Amino acid sequence: MLLRHTPKEITERSALVINPAKTCQPIGAMYAALGIHGCLPHSHGSQGCCAYHRSALTKHYKEPINAATSSFTEGASVFGGQANLLQAIENIFTVYEPEVIAVHTTCLSETIGDDIKQIRDKAEKSGVVPNGKHVIFCNTPSYIGSHVTGFSNMVKGMTEVATNTGKKNGKVNVIPGWVEPADMEEIKRLAALMNVPITLFPDTSGVLNGPLSGEFKMFPEGGVTMKELRESGDAIGTLALGEWCSADAARSLDTRCKVPCKVLDMAFGLKATDRFIDALRIIAGTSVPEEINRERGQLVDMISDAHQYFYQKKVALFGDPDQLIAMTEFLVSIDMWPTHLVTGTPGKKFEKRISELTAHLPYEVNVKTGGDMFLLHQWIKNSPVDLLIGNTYGKHIARDEDIPFLRWGFPILDRMGHQYFPTVGYKGGLRLLEKILGLLLDRKDRDDSEIQFELTL
Amino acid sequence: MTETAKAITPEIIACPEESAALPIEHAAIFEERKDQIHRIGEGAFSMACNRDSLAGAVSQRACVFCGSRVVLYPIADALHLVHGPIGCAAYTWDIRGSLSSGPELHRLSFSTDLQELDVVFGGEKKLAKALDELIPRYEPKAAFVYSTCIVGLIGDDLAAVCKAASQRHGIPVIPVQSEGFKGNKREGYLAACKAMRTLVGTGDISDISKLSVNIMGDFNLAGETWIIKDYLTRMGIQTVAGITGDGRVDDLRRAHGAGLNIVQCSGSTQDLAKMMRDDFGIPFLRVSWIGIEDVAESLYAIAEHFELTQPELATGPDGGIVERTAALVRDELAALMPQLKELRRDLEGKRAAVYVGGSFKAFSLVKAFRHLGMEVVIVGSQTGTEEDYRELAAICAPGTIVVDDANPLELSAFIKEKDVDIFVGGVKERPIAFKLGVGFCDHNHERKIALEGFVGMLNFAKEVHASVMSPIWQFVPRRELRNSPVNTGEEA
Repeated sequence: MLLRHTPKEITERSALVINPAKTCQPIGAMYAALGIHGCLPHSHGSQGCCAYHRSALTKHYKEPINAATSSFTEGASVFGGQANLLQAIENIFTVYEPEVIAVHTTCLSETIGDDIKQIRDKAEKSGVVPNGKHVIFCNTPSYIGSHVTGFSNMVKGMTEVATNTGKKNGKVNVIPGWVEPADMEEIKRLAALMNVPITLFPDTSGVLNGPLSGEFKMFPEGGVTMKELRESGDAIGTLALGEWCSADAARSLDTRCKVPCKVLDMAFGLKATDRFIDALRIIAGTSVPEEINRERGQLVDMISDAHQYFYQKKVALFGDPDQLIAMTEFLVSIDMWPTHLVTGTPGKKFEKRISELTAHLPYEVNVKTGGDMFLLHQWIKNSPVDLLIGNTYGKHIARDEDIPFLRWGFPILDRMGHQYFPTVGYKGGLRLLEKILGLLLDRKDRDDSEIQFELTL
Repeated sequence: MTETAKAITPEIIACPEESAALPIEHAAIFEERKDQIHRIGEGAFSMACNRDSLAGAVSQRACVFCGSRVVLYPIADALHLVHGPIGCAAYTWDIRGSLSSGPELHRLSFSTDLQELDVVFGGEKKLAKALDELIPRYEPKAAFVYSTCIVGLIGDDLAAVCKAASQRHGIPVIPVQSEGFKGNKREGYLAACKAMRTLVGTGDISDISKLSVNIMGDFNLAGETWIIKDYLTRMGIQTVAGITGDGRVDDLRRAHGAGLNIVQCSGSTQDLAKMMRDDFGIPFLRVSWIGIEDVAESLYAIAEHFELTQPELATGPDGGIVERTAALVRDELAALMPQLKELRRDLEGKRAAVYVGGSFKAFSLVKAFRHLGMEVVIVGSQTGTEEDYRELAAICAPGTIVVDDANPLELSAFIKEKDVDIFVGGVKERPIAFKLGVGFCDHNHERKIALEGFVGMLNFAKEVHASVMSPIWQFVPRRELRNSPVNTGEEA
C-alpha cells in the first residue's frame, strides 16, 4: 500500500504538512488571468514557479498554458526585480503582443519587497506599454492563504480597471469563482436563457476548452475583454459565487464603483442553483423561463428516481472551501452523509458553514480548515466512508481504502471530461448525480454475490 | 540592470519557399535569441547556451529546486522535506513514475508550509520541529531537506538545523541548497550531487566485486533501471547503486565500492561522478540507454573497460565479458529488429521534432528515429551546452533547426514550417503538439512505458507508431487542406 505509513492514531502536528490539500497562490492568479481575452499571465519570480504552474494547469486542462516569467536570478534577488519586470513587460508586448499582461508575484518577489504598482506605473510612464494595452497585477505571496486566495486576488485585480461613468449599462457582473471552462459556459447559457445580459469574469471558456484547430494560438478567442472589465463599473449589480473565490472582487467593485453586490454559494446542486437563478431574476427584473424550470424538474426527478441509493451513504470530501460548501449542501439534500471534510485553504468561516449545513445530522462531522490529506486519511481509517469526492490527489486513499472515488475539483490529472461537461446549474447537478450513482452502483455490482447480483437496479 | 534585462527588437523569420503553399504565420523571434537558434547549413555554427532566459520569455525551463528535486526524488527510503511555502512541495508530490522495488516514502509530500510569520521571524524552529515529528514517525534511512527561494532570502541556517537534527536522531539529515533563483536546473543537479556526496563513502564495501558499477543518471521511470541492471547482470557485472533510480540510502553509502560509474543524462549526476573520480578514484563512462547503437555501444564500452582493467575477473569459464556482451546484444537485436521493421514500414519518411530537457537524449533520439526511417528536423533542449549543440548539428541533416531554451511560439512556428509528424517533448509541449494536429511522444518524466534499452527502443517505436499513425490527424484543418483534392491535384 502506497500510504502504508498513515497510522490510525491521530497525533497533533504543528510544524508540518503531509500530503497537502492546497497549493500556493500564484497558480490561482495564473488561472484567473487566462480568463481575460488576449491576456498573458506573468509570474514575477524564479522560472521554476512559472514552469510548475504551467505544468499543473496543462495537466488539468489539457491545453497549452502560456505564461511569462521574470526569470529571477541571484542578482535580481539581491537588488530587486524592477529591472526584470520592466524588461519583461517590454519584451512581452514586443514579441507576444497580448492585449494585457496580468502580473502576479511569488514568495520571492514579495519577500524582496518589489512594489508592483510602482513598477507598473513606471512602465506605463516610460512608454513600454503600448497605447490601448494594459498591465494589471495582484500580490500573491505564497506563504499566505492558498491557490484559492491567489485566484481571488487576481479577480480583484481585474476590477481595478473598472470605471464608474455614472450611467448604468443594465448588465450584471457574474463572478463564477474557480470553476471549469464548461461551468463558465453553462453560467452564460443560463443567463442567456433568462435574458439577463452579464459580464462573466474571469471567463476561461473558449480559452481552455478550445477545439483542435491545427493552429497554436497564444491567445484563443475566449475570455472577458478589457472593455467589458472597464464597463463592469457601470453594471447594475454583481453576483459573486463563492465567498473565498469571488467576494473580494465584488466588494471592491461595490466600494470603488458603487455596484451593489450579493455573495452567493457556487451554483453546485439544487438549492445553490435555485438561489443563483433567483438572484439573477431579481437583480435583472426578469422571469425564469420554462426551459430552466424544466431542467430543474429533471434534476429533482432524477433525485427521486435514485434516492434509495443515496440514503445515508457516508462521504469524505476534500478540496476548496467554496466547492465543498456547495457540495455539502447538495449531498445533504439528497440524503447522503458528508462525514469528513478537509480543505487546505485557511478561513474559519468554512468550519462554521459546514457545521450549519450538517447541524441536523445525527453524527459528529469532522471538518478542518488548513488540514491535509494525511489527516483526511486518518479520519477515514477511523470511520470508513462509502464515497470519496475530491481532486486526483485522493486516488491514493481511494485505492488503499478501496473507496469509490468521484474526481471533482482541481486538479484532475488522470481523467478527462471536466473541461467539457459542467457540474454547475441543474444540468451540472444531473451530471454529478449520474457520476455518484454510477460509482455507488458499480460498487454494488462488484460486491454483490452472484446470487444477489441483479440485472435491474 | 541585470544581465537578463536587455533591450530587444523583433525580427521576422521568413519561411522557406517549399512550404509557401501552406498558410504559415511568420514567427517573431527575440533578437537576443537569434544566437540560440541555428539552421544547419546556413552559416558557420555558433550558439550561445547555458544563458539565463530573457525576462518576459515564455520559457519552458524550470528552477534550481526543480533540478534537485527530480534528481533526489527516486531515493525511496529517504525522507524528502521541502522547507518553504506549500507550492514547492505540492507541485513535486508523486510527480513521476520513478518506481521502487521496496519502500515508497518518496511518493509522499512533506512541507513546512511556511507562513507569513515564519517569513518574518525565520523558519528554523519550524523546520527542526518538522524533522522531530517526521523522523521518529517514518524512520527513514536519511532525510533530505530542500531549501526554496524564500529560505535563501530569510537566511535560515539550513545546515545548522540539519546537523542538530542529525545528532538528535542518529540519521544523516542532509541540506540541499536548492534556492530556486540561483539558476536553472543545472545548478539544482549540482546541489543534489553535493547532497548525495555526503552519503557516499560511509558504508561497508567489503563484499563488493571489482566487476561492479553504479547506474547513474537514470531514474527508473517505468522500471528502466531494472532493464539496464538485467543487462549488466547478464554481463556478469554487479550493480551497487542506482543513482538514483530505485535508489536507497545504504546503496549510496556503498557507492564508492563500485569499480566504475556509468553516467547517463547530460547534467544530472555527472557532477557526482566527477567528485567520486576525484575523491575515490572511480572512473566514469558516459552512456546512453536510448536507441540501438547507443545502448549497444554503452554496453560494449562497459565490457571493454572491465576487460582492460580487470582482465582476470572479466574472463570466466564461459568466455570473456566482451563475448558475453556480444551475445547479449545479438540476442536482443534478433528479437528486436524484425518487430522494428514492421513498424518502420509505416513510419518511413515521416518527420520528427525533438525538444527535451537534456541534450544527451536529443542525440540518442536523432539516431533512434533513423531506425524508424524518420528524420529529425527540429532538435533542441532546455539546458544543452554549445558543445552539445555543435555535436548535434554534426549528426543532423542540413536544414535541421537546432534550438536552445525555446518558447511555445518558436516551437509552433518551427513545427508548422517543417510540417512534422511527431513531437517528442515533455508535459508542457504535449498540448501544443496536439493543437497543431501533430503526434506526440512523452520522453520526459511522465512517460508511462520504458523507453530505455533494446526493449525500450521497441516500446518507443510502438509509441511513435501509435501517435503518428492515428487516424485523428486527418481531421486536423491544416491537414484537411493539404489532403484536399485541390492541393493534391487528384481532382484533375
